[in-house]
Amino acid sequence: MTPITVRVDGAAYTDDVEPRTLLVHYLREQVGKVGTVVGCDTSNCGACTVHLDGEAVKSCTVLAVQADGCEVTTIEGVGQDGLHPVQKAFHEMHGLQCGFCTPGMIMASIDLLEDNPDPSDDEVREGIEGNLCRCTGYQNIVRAVRHAAAEMRGGGGGSRNGHVSPAVVDTAAAPHVAVQA
Amino acid sequence: MTAVEDRPGVPSDDAAAPEIGRARRRKEDARLITGMTTWTDNMVLPGMLHLAVVRSPVAHARITNVDVSAVREAPGVIAVYTGQDLAEEQGSLPCAWPVTPDMVNPGHPSIAVDQVNHVGEAVAVIVARSKAAAQDAVELADIDYEPLPVVLDMEEAVQDGADLVHDHLESNTSYHFVFDAGEMGTGSDTDQAFADADVVVSRRFVQQRLIPAFMEPRSVVVQPQGDNYTMWSATQIPHILRVMAAMVTGIPEHKLRVVAPDVGGGFGGKLQVNPEEILCLLIARRLGKPVKWTETRSESLMTAHHGRDQIQYVDVAADREGNVKGLRVRLLADMGAYLRLITPGVPALGAFMYPGIYKFPAYRFECDGVFTNKVPTDAYRGAGRPEATFAVERIMDELAVELGMDPLELRRKNWINAEEFPFTTVAGLAYDSGDYETATQEALQLLGYDELRAEQQRRRESGDPVQLGIGFSTFTEMCGLAPSRVLGSLSFGAGGWEHAAIRMLPTGKVEVVTGSTPHGQGHETAWSQLVADSLGVPFEDVEVLHGDTAISSRGLDTYGSRSLVVGGSAVVKAADKVIAKARKIAAHLLEASEDDLEFAGGKFSVRGTPGTGLGIQEIALAIFAAHDYPEGIEPSIDAEATFDPENFSFPHGTHLCAMEVDTETGFVKIRKYACVDDVGTIVNPLIVEGQVHGGLAQGIAQALYEEAVYDDDGNLTTGTFVDYLVPAASDLPHFDTGNTVHAAPGNPIGAKGVGEAGCIASTPAVVNAALDAVRHLGVTDIRMPLTPERVWRALHDGGDGGERATARTNAQAVDSTDAPSTSGGAL
Amino acid sequence: MIPAPFQYVRPTTVEEALQAIADGGEDVKVLAGGQSLIPVMRLRLAAPETVVDLGRVAGLRGVRDDGDAIVIGAMTTHSDVLSDPLIAEHAPLVAEATATVADRQVRHRGTFGGALVHADPAGDLPAVALALDAEFVIAGQSGRRTVPAAEFFVDYLTTAVEEGELLVEVRVPKLTGSWGMRYEKFNRVAQAWSIVAVAAVVRRENGRIAEARVGLTNMGPTPLRARQVEEALAGAEATPEAVAAAAQRAAEGTEPSSDLNAQADYRQHLATVLTRRAVTAAAGL
Repeated sequence: MTPITVRVDGAAYTDDVEPRTLLVHYLREQVGKVGTVVGCDTSNCGACTVHLDGEAVKSCTVLAVQADGCEVTTIEGVGQDGLHPVQKAFHEMHGLQCGFCTPGMIMASIDLLEDNPDPSDDEVREGIEGNLCRCTGYQNIVRAVRHAAAEMRGGGGGSRNGHVSPAVVDTAAAPHVAVQA
Repeated sequence: MTAVEDRPGVPSDDAAAPEIGRARRRKEDARLITGMTTWTDNMVLPGMLHLAVVRSPVAHARITNVDVSAVREAPGVIAVYTGQDLAEEQGSLPCAWPVTPDMVNPGHPSIAVDQVNHVGEAVAVIVARSKAAAQDAVELADIDYEPLPVVLDMEEAVQDGADLVHDHLESNTSYHFVFDAGEMGTGSDTDQAFADADVVVSRRFVQQRLIPAFMEPRSVVVQPQGDNYTMWSATQIPHILRVMAAMVTGIPEHKLRVVAPDVGGGFGGKLQVNPEEILCLLIARRLGKPVKWTETRSESLMTAHHGRDQIQYVDVAADREGNVKGLRVRLLADMGAYLRLITPGVPALGAFMYPGIYKFPAYRFECDGVFTNKVPTDAYRGAGRPEATFAVERIMDELAVELGMDPLELRRKNWINAEEFPFTTVAGLAYDSGDYETATQEALQLLGYDELRAEQQRRRESGDPVQLGIGFSTFTEMCGLAPSRVLGSLSFGAGGWEHAAIRMLPTGKVEVVTGSTPHGQGHETAWSQLVADSLGVPFEDVEVLHGDTAISSRGLDTYGSRSLVVGGSAVVKAADKVIAKARKIAAHLLEASEDDLEFAGGKFSVRGTPGTGLGIQEIALAIFAAHDYPEGIEPSIDAEATFDPENFSFPHGTHLCAMEVDTETGFVKIRKYACVDDVGTIVNPLIVEGQVHGGLAQGIAQALYEEAVYDDDGNLTTGTFVDYLVPAASDLPHFDTGNTVHAAPGNPIGAKGVGEAGCIASTPAVVNAALDAVRHLGVTDIRMPLTPERVWRALHDGGDGGERATARTNAQAVDSTDAPSTSGGAL
Repeated sequence: MIPAPFQYVRPTTVEEALQAIADGGEDVKVLAGGQSLIPVMRLRLAAPETVVDLGRVAGLRGVRDDGDAIVIGAMTTHSDVLSDPLIAEHAPLVAEATATVADRQVRHRGTFGGALVHADPAGDLPAVALALDAEFVIAGQSGRRTVPAAEFFVDYLTTAVEEGELLVEVRVPKLTGSWGMRYEKFNRVAQAWSIVAVAAVVRRENGRIAEARVGLTNMGPTPLRARQVEEALAGAEATPEAVAAAAQRAAEGTEPSSDLNAQADYRQHLATVLTRRAVTAAAGL
């Protein structure tokens, strides 16, 4: 066992861990942060993404001992003063269905927007290439990230990449043929 | 209300606006975006033990010796069970669909006793104090295998004298299923139609094996309490699982509660009674302790059931003018080593959809279900219908080429016209409603068809290394599974109804209990919208309960695009009953005749006296108090309903794909994708659009990326996400989607079902597009998935590019201590 | 899956690290960013007795100017590489290839040196290092030695770093004159490793190609230089035709593997196409 001290979502934790303990298992099983999940064993799916000292990492591919002395933010810590704009945008743009990939997707998106506050559709798609979603086909996730980017830049702020398309038009009033791109 | 404000622009205080058709943001999201979720693997119970499964490393062998003595001594290990230990009590995993009376079912042990029939089959189960301890002990199990010949290739497996998967059976064929329209009286004689035809086109298509690859790995927790058991499982089917688990283990059904908490996707992959679910029950019963099993992704890819894996021989007959005359389909369908819940039924479900939207006068379908030494196949998004749609939409393109016709003109000439609905097809299905022409026109516009055709021409003329093609898929599917009597006629082991209950709480809030079990589809939101409209109560006042057999006692769960069509209809029927009951109370309290009451906006009022009235939420309180209600009725306005549809519903649509093919490398890239779907009445356009997007992603992935590949020894070589290529955001295009709306006449909502549409329709559109790009270069087929290598080989060597490109060997064999490529080259 | 148990050592200097490796017994693995090692340990394809974590070794991370070369510390992460001004100025090809490595999260942890020592034939950085004639500084208990890229990649997953040694830094010579560069990567999906990739560095002079260096990824158990292409290009006219003719020779003498993604002959074909494209772009044609 190796003693570690990690600050998780603002609180300090000191625990003994086996060196082989993955950060994600430490977070889930010892700290109780079960919002962060495990989706694969080859660091492909990104479901376990958290921020380690401010950078998005796959917590299934980091040992808990490597996080000793570090600061970890999980999905449970991003919205401590209400929801983070990226969380809101995923809801607003229907950027999730089953929700299993969502915590990792949101953490990866926040990280992307810190580097690139005004990404194009293609830049969002590349920026979240380390996260797999099986439900949404990604289109509404891309919308959500760009919507959040606009919000975070300050509402009416211009975008070099054009407007974010709305998630859907309301078809209630036009029942027969409602086509939207 | 969710934790997030509703969408600006849709005034939430506009009580008069109908909920049906509103793009409501989902209620489910509040917990999912914050991590406040209840995935099965999150569950921790006092004294809980952890299971690890020792799995067969060989595809086909007799088990000659099992030595688990070292496992028993390992740190933290509490118990270990072998197949022999559990042989007497494990029963056989159920197969609910004997598609023919003489179908051969070899039985399916949850844990192998004396023989293993696929790699990954359970041979021992270790119970330990921690998951790590259980996994550490796996390598201490010493099991001897005597190898048997491995059966992998279906076309070889059905030959006389082939090696057998189950050597006590006569052959590798489980069943031979035939649908002949001539014999059934729904069409004319097929052989005659082909004999008389001007043109016959024959093709062999390969539906590669796919893996559902839901994002949440399967997980099971079982808690014993005396002779009662509670099972939490990441399942689509808690109700069916409860019945089946009771029948398999002998635990009385009323002593078993099954809960599906938050479930992270299924796509048919969690429509199963899993060996590990049964093993958890048996072991919890033996030990009297709660147990948990959560799979790794590698275990999931290797042992959770797969989908598709069929070889299709398709013949189409037509006259010179392009009128189709007959369709003949012969299938080999890979069952894998065993028959799981609906393994044999998947191809049979597709049998009725091969004629697609076309007016074939003659049709014959036959299918052999074939055993191989692979993990069983079973439901995967579309289950039989994607295969059927692919075959007919591909062969129509081939026929168009043969006739020198435009593929759209050929389709138009043969499809059912809008004024012909309802239309009974040659397969005996009564298509309910639709308009293929309008959907097609809309889709052509969305795509920018004429401009892309012009660009295609320019690229051809200039000999551009990047060629462009456009592919069509004008599809329909049968959804809303299913009319119980029809299922009975197909020998399915259950009905197709769905159940709902509505509980009116004293404060006027409403609990809706549904037998449908969502795992991402947004039932909590959509059902709230249905009830808000039916009862005239606020959307926010409705809570939808599901997925727990102790709460939702009757149900048949979620699959086959059935939830809204069947389950939603049950909710509406239950609401009607609530209103009928409340009407009696209202009449009593308003001192009026029931006949004089009208119900609108959640309020009963006496006709002709506006301003007076009683809200249904007020009635709920009044009947809770029960101080004043009519004689002869019980003091409750709660109600239940079971809805059994009379017919399937038939969503349809036109999907168009524009594809760029780099002829130098074989790389294909979707330039544009447009589709217009008719899924009937749209309750929530946001959810509908999301379902279409997700289906498209999976259908495109079959066309371009995904394939479960076995090596010659029966090892799955695509056993991690490094090799099984689930597309990421940058691998998929933007989708331009639209809808036409023709309400389904067969249910009170008018919904047709949307969950599978995108997945069923897109695959042939994509492949047709790639072929359209390179057909002038002599390519007539490319095997799925369209890997760059296959496309390149089809261009340079002829054929479908498939044979050589399906590599079964890895020349760079890796020593087990070396580190092969994992994710992306970064140490 | 959970890795098998191991002893964990976290040195803070290179000397401590070398001592830890020496003390670690038969089966020691050095943990740099862990983005390849931890997954194979999770799959239990590797189960080392001892893991020596270089994460806290001071001085192994960062990029510095060293006159005619820049020096990249072995523990410099991929995302550090991407934002480094020296690399952007003097070795933009390194950044271009690094941007294609895995994904953002992996690039935050994965390291330049780790990827090179791992020497996966499908990894992107080895061919780049080869094309740039990088030099590898290896530390052992008896001191430091420098190995040229041409001698560094020995075999499949094997480099000149011997047991008991560590890669500490990589010297990348600054290119002087009119150089163009391109990393042309070919894979099936975003996350996938290269099926084949080509790193090209081209110097033009008076309408001719004065010098070209071409590195090939995944065309054999180690990264390769396409020497025949380089020879054919040296002094050739800077025209698409001349480049195309030279690129035809890209696969000569290679013995690439056959696997799920590609058979050997397809890889050889890809090498010629990608070489043409990379050199064309690098030559500014």
